[in-house]
Amino acid sequence: MTFSAPTEATRKPVVRLGDRLFAGTARTAALIIMLALAGVFVFLTIEGLPGLTAPESIYKPADDFWSYVGPLVFGTILAAIVALVIAVPFSIGVALFISHYAPPRLAAPIAYVIDLLAAIPSVVYGLWGGLALAHSMTPAINWLYDNLSFIPFFAGPPSVTGRTMLTAGIVLAIMVIPITTAISREVFAQVPRLHEEAAMALGATRWETIRLAVFPYARSGVVSGVMLGLGRALGETMAVAMVLSATPVVTLNLISNTNPATIASNIASNYKEATPDRQALLIATGLVLFAVTFAVNFVARLIVSRHEKKVSR
Amino acid sequence: MSTTTPIEPDFAVSAGLVQPRLPRWGSALVAVMALALAGLLTMVLGLSLVAGFVVAALLFVVGLPLWSRMVEGSRAAADRFATCLVWASFAAVVVPLVWLVWLVLKNGFGVLSVEFLTYSMRGIVGEGGGIYHALMGTLLVTLAATLISVPIGLFTAIYLVEYGRGGRLARTTTFLVDVMTGIPSIVAGLFALALFVMIFGPAIRIGFGGSVALSLLMIPTVVRSAEEMLRLVPSDLREASYALGVPKWRTIIKVVLPTAFGGIVTGIVLAISRVIGETAPLLVVAGATDSVNMNLFSGRMMTLPVYIYTQYSSPGVPAFGETGPPPGYARAWGAALVLIAIVMVLNLAARILQKTFAPKTERRR
Amino acid sequence: MAKSIDVSDLDIYYGDFKAVEGVNMSIRARAVTAFIGPSGCGKSTFLRALNRMHEVIPGARVEGKVIVSGQSLYDPTVDPVAVRRQIGMVFQRPNPFPTMSIYENVLAGMRLNSKKLSKSDADGIVEKSLRGANLWNEVKDRLGKPGMGLSGGQQQRLCIARAIAVSPEVLLMDEPCSALDPISTSAIEDLIHELKSEYTIVIVTHNMQQAARVSDETGFFNLKAAGQPGHLVEFNPTHKMFTNPDEPATEAYISGRFG
Repeated sequence: MTFSAPTEATRKPVVRLGDRLFAGTARTAALIIMLALAGVFVFLTIEGLPGLTAPESIYKPADDFWSYVGPLVFGTILAAIVALVIAVPFSIGVALFISHYAPPRLAAPIAYVIDLLAAIPSVVYGLWGGLALAHSMTPAINWLYDNLSFIPFFAGPPSVTGRTMLTAGIVLAIMVIPITTAISREVFAQVPRLHEEAAMALGATRWETIRLAVFPYARSGVVSGVMLGLGRALGETMAVAMVLSATPVVTLNLISNTNPATIASNIASNYKEATPDRQALLIATGLVLFAVTFAVNFVARLIVSRHEKKVSR
Repeated sequence: MSTTTPIEPDFAVSAGLVQPRLPRWGSALVAVMALALAGLLTMVLGLSLVAGFVVAALLFVVGLPLWSRMVEGSRAAADRFATCLVWASFAAVVVPLVWLVWLVLKNGFGVLSVEFLTYSMRGIVGEGGGIYHALMGTLLVTLAATLISVPIGLFTAIYLVEYGRGGRLARTTTFLVDVMTGIPSIVAGLFALALFVMIFGPAIRIGFGGSVALSLLMIPTVVRSAEEMLRLVPSDLREASYALGVPKWRTIIKVVLPTAFGGIVTGIVLAISRVIGETAPLLVVAGATDSVNMNLFSGRMMTLPVYIYTQYSSPGVPAFGETGPPPGYARAWGAALVLIAIVMVLNLAARILQKTFAPKTERRR
Repeated sequence: MAKSIDVSDLDIYYGDFKAVEGVNMSIRARAVTAFIGPSGCGKSTFLRALNRMHEVIPGARVEGKVIVSGQSLYDPTVDPVAVRRQIGMVFQRPNPFPTMSIYENVLAGMRLNSKKLSKSDADGIVEKSLRGANLWNEVKDRLGKPGMGLSGGQQQRLCIARAIAVSPEVLLMDEPCSALDPISTSAIEDLIHELKSEYTIVIVTHNMQQAARVSDETGFFNLKAAGQPGHLVEFNPTHKMFTNPDEPATEAYISGRFG
């Protein structure tokens, strides 16, 4: 017996059929992902384009695409900002609690419970927000109006149902908190033990240690967590659709009965009676939403990768 | 000798090692006082119970650092203040979770019955009816989504780990998977809608469209977790297999995949639990209906999340002559309970799988 | 049957980096050949080039010739998979497959290539290979247990059994004892002595005493300087190498003056 390979391989190029098929399948799967994403762009554009230039009556009560989508973009951003303003301090607090304050034995289960917040379906949050939280918010809304109505956010008149932008923002915040917390927690845990011990050896209290050693190190990680949370808040549909009864207005007022819708919630509440023209319009607004979230996520990834470089150096 | 003994505490004081501290029961005392004061205010001003607790918490967060500042100095006070805030933020986040779970349990359990689980909403105007059609729809749509995304996701992960070698396609794919993770669920739904509208015309609503939308959301999760698990398989094992004269593809199928099996399955189960509660895409493309539809490829198909939404948004009216909340609300809570139960079972299953399969790979050092 | 290996002018690269340069040697059949040398001198890389295992690392390539009984290994028509079936390898760290039992581990080479085996043939191969690896008496009552449950030395002998189960012509061993305790090491060394009658064995070792104990011929690899490729300094019968080496560098290394 010579050493040469089995006959099948002696005269052919030496890539086995099985290997070629398998590698080809794996490659195809990766290409499918590329195609799918391209498809998202292409199909949304094809089906959405007619929505940009439809007859005026389609855009009721506005009169062209941009004045239709304008208030929606405003509402989307307003809701997301309200959500972040509430969620970020809590997320950092909870992340610190898990990484530095909770008794070590409890830290892991607590982290798990917070992750469970992310597992609850958004429609259940919407149900809770619409049927329970909104009602409970009315005293708080009244109090804000009575005491702080000089701030434009609380100009009122206060809603009696509690279905306000503020309520929607709180529901969104609760949905954002697990995301932001998870990432902040991770970067807090990555802070080199030596940095912290150096601060403690200088006689710093726990809070001073966190300010000296933990925050500077973790800043960009936390920022990217916040950006990811922002992406979630921008795209969230049901919680907003179920809490707000929307009118196409641009207002900073967070506690009144007239609230702008978000792009996503507007699609969800109008898809049903949509004529083909109207459907195209909704798809076009979806494309706008995709563009916005894509930009936000892109910036977030950029920050993360820069952070990773910094850490690895 | 008797002179040396008392020196130590003096030294400790003069060197600043001993400083005035709040007594151990200090925070408990402040807590009791804050509660008492808040209780008094609540009664005098007629505040609600929740407002009372908020006031008590505020009093505590302000009171303890103030006292600490007077006794221990400003640095210690800042530390105590931060500690209070961190604990308070944790407590504040737990409150809505507990509240929500409690409401779902309280309102949902009353609704659960054999009828609720085995009847559809066909011909129901007021009370009665059930979630059978929605339950079946959710299972079918999610199953089809899983069947689409697992092969694509798994093979993509295999490509990235075993074949990509950091080449251009691999880097592009990693980036695109990142982009996919950020797609808002409603955009995924619109994509599926646009796709099927192009094929079948504008009025199309089919269950399979929902599956396509869900798989768009599921694929990145599957790729990520499978990729991570495949990378955890020690390269020793691949080499051992190659050295036995086993071709690469057989090595992947017979050695790499079985070793990573537990982790991959866990990731898939978690991905299912993430998408099974998605509402918006299904609402847009699968539509809503009152009847059972077991055919993914024809006609509207109800799913549990959409069921909850429709029961909430058009809850109907109570039977004639009765008052109380509309009957749809109760059904929505019942369906929410079933949905959360499914999600939690999946999460638990994932955790158990992780525990059972973890040691085998971790014992390798 | 056991085969001899002739290597001529072999250069090995990782991408642009030349790791090993200009190796010429001929390895005798049915003998033990040991490679010694300081860390990073390319002896493991060279060993892996003998059954085309180094190709597993992206960017690795080879120039020159490796000829096993008249057939060049790097001929473009040669299938690396077929090469590895006939030139087995044992690694530095024991690496039994964690998802398989002891029995399945021994048969892995057959099963992974989906050879059909009757139960009695399979049993025969398992017993023969485990006996060949001096492991049969220790594990015969628990063949169904996972291979990961054995001690380190037993795991390594299981890996040897797995390698000889496919009846290769040559057995390459890459520091097979470096992760083992002295007792397991001595068991493996005894085993190498016994296997020599049937196989051509090439072993890389860090341990000069081990090379002196087990091998018939020894090759000493070294670096000219840091960052330079490794090369073969001297290749001679072991006895000569350790008593009267040709090269002063070998003398210096063996007497412990560097490395």
